[in-house]
Amino acid sequence: MTDRTYVLETRDVMIRFGGLTAVNNFNIAVPEGSIVGLIGPNGAGKTTCFNIITGFYKPTQGEVLLEGRPITGLPPHKVCAAGIARTFQNIRLFYNETVLQNVMIGGFVRQKSAWWMPPLLVPSCTREEAVLREKAMKLLESVGLADLANETSSSLPYGAQRRLEIVRALATEPKFLLLDEPAAGMNPQESQELMAFIKKIRTDFNITILLIEHDMKVVMGVCEHIWVLDYGVLIAEGNPEQIRSNPKVIEAYLGEEATQNA
Amino acid sequence: MKTNDKPRYLLPSLAAIAILALFLWWANENLDNYKLQILNLIAINSILALSLNLIYGFTGMFSLGHAGFMAIGAYVSSLLILPPIQKEMIYIIQPLIWPFSVMQAPFFIAVLAGGVAAALLGLIIAMPVLRLGGDYLGIATLGFAEIIRVVFTNLTPITNGALGLKGIPDYANIWWNYGWCLLTLFFMIRLVNSNFGNVLKAIRDDEVAARAMGINTFKYRVVSFSIGAFFAGIGGALMASLVTTIDPKMFGFLLTFNVLMIVVAGGLGSLTGSILGSAVITILLEWLRFVENPIDIGAFHLDGIPGMRMVIFSLLLIMIILFRREGIMGMRELSWDSVLRRFSRGGEAR
Repeated sequence: MTDRTYVLETRDVMIRFGGLTAVNNFNIAVPEGSIVGLIGPNGAGKTTCFNIITGFYKPTQGEVLLEGRPITGLPPHKVCAAGIARTFQNIRLFYNETVLQNVMIGGFVRQKSAWWMPPLLVPSCTREEAVLREKAMKLLESVGLADLANETSSSLPYGAQRRLEIVRALATEPKFLLLDEPAAGMNPQESQELMAFIKKIRTDFNITILLIEHDMKVVMGVCEHIWVLDYGVLIAEGNPEQIRSNPKVIEAYLGEEATQNA
Repeated sequence: MKTNDKPRYLLPSLAAIAILALFLWWANENLDNYKLQILNLIAINSILALSLNLIYGFTGMFSLGHAGFMAIGAYVSSLLILPPIQKEMIYIIQPLIWPFSVMQAPFFIAVLAGGVAAALLGLIIAMPVLRLGGDYLGIATLGFAEIIRVVFTNLTPITNGALGLKGIPDYANIWWNYGWCLLTLFFMIRLVNSNFGNVLKAIRDDEVAARAMGINTFKYRVVSFSIGAFFAGIGGALMASLVTTIDPKMFGFLLTFNVLMIVVAGGLGSLTGSILGSAVITILLEWLRFVENPIDIGAFHLDGIPGMRMVIFSLLLIMIILFRREGIMGMRELSWDSVLRRFSRGGEAR
């Protein structure tokens, strides 16, 4: 792993809400092209870490680097423009819009035309939008949602909404994708498909993926490297094998007794 | 919903405009002044409703400042079209100060200037106010509209204070009003159906997700608010020239309320709904005047009660809110697709 470049690095990130230190000494380095995981019990601070990386929270201390350039404290839209996209724990689609419109909204961040161009029928803008629409349709085709392109996104079944949220994030053309509990609420069959889907988008779009997940089958199945967070502090890291047998991790999840009995 | 203008929409659109033009020509020749006034008001109310719908219906910003922007547009444009002699006559308390006393512009430029002034003010207001959300934004913009009104009442050397402006040339005939109305509609259709329009709707639906998608939500809220203010200024300018007399009292909260009512009745987030809403509500407001006249039902004689139509109107509004909250159109649009399908099959439109 030493000769690979890191897409994302965090250095001694700490965030405090009033008297509560939610995350402390958060140091991770995500190698380019990998799928990595961040796990931990409920309330460990995983989503807080996501919010720091994506600019929704400004860390009290520390630095976040994207491909070696600091992005600490940038507002979310600039972080996204820099190349980090995310999904949300509870799906946040634009529910009044169609599936296609949702993906096109994702593509807006790469659009060059200004807002006053469409009413004035500027040809370059019309062309750009046609290209954007085509790209969005291709994205939808690649994940099997093309038939539903003109449906309102709220009418989609749950699994398709999850996929659409990921596709919308991909439309921003990210280098680094953060998935917040992508398998939440899925049955074993659906999470199997999701695992294949995550691996497929990694190779197809040539991106790096960091995911938060509670479903250990998914985490162990797709992640090459895993960080474990408990009470805002990283307690372990390693490949799935190491994490599975790490006593500290078992203790964090199941309590001390379980470790002694194991 | 159509998202870009394919050539096949061009023909029905042109046909519809031609039919509208024929109708307006006929109306202009045959209808009396009262009915013409109502037709004119429908056009102006459409402009106002479209602009508020962009702010509230499409971008989700609850703004109650429309009367303020209309006042700006009305005063700026009126000062530009009033002839200097007329200005000398009406400014009896204090004379009009210099640059305004000699400024003159053709009607089109004057209306445009009214819109630009309103948009600039909208931009200035938006910077601090749009950091608020929801009801707070409504209250802040309402306060702003009141400030405009009070300033206009006291800025006598420019606005002639409470006396207002009289004898504004009545350039705003049916052609100007419907011309501007079509221009506004075209602008809005193009804007709302472009990807930028999608972005505004995204901000309305889920601002957090919109920010995560790389959208500078504050910037685009400001842009949307200023565009809305621009067309509100246009509407105000046309209104001033239509009624030929304006004073600060005219631009009170009731004016904003009327526009808001049209937008809600037509459907938040539906452009065609706003047009339908302004036609229905403007006509209804006039038609309901009969309840204020004395009525004889058999042996009973009812005296007319002034203000009765507003009571009935309020009841109607309550009915809308209770039974059809989404308004006439909801978020749907009357598009050529649905109209043509209805005609060709005679069946049900989507």
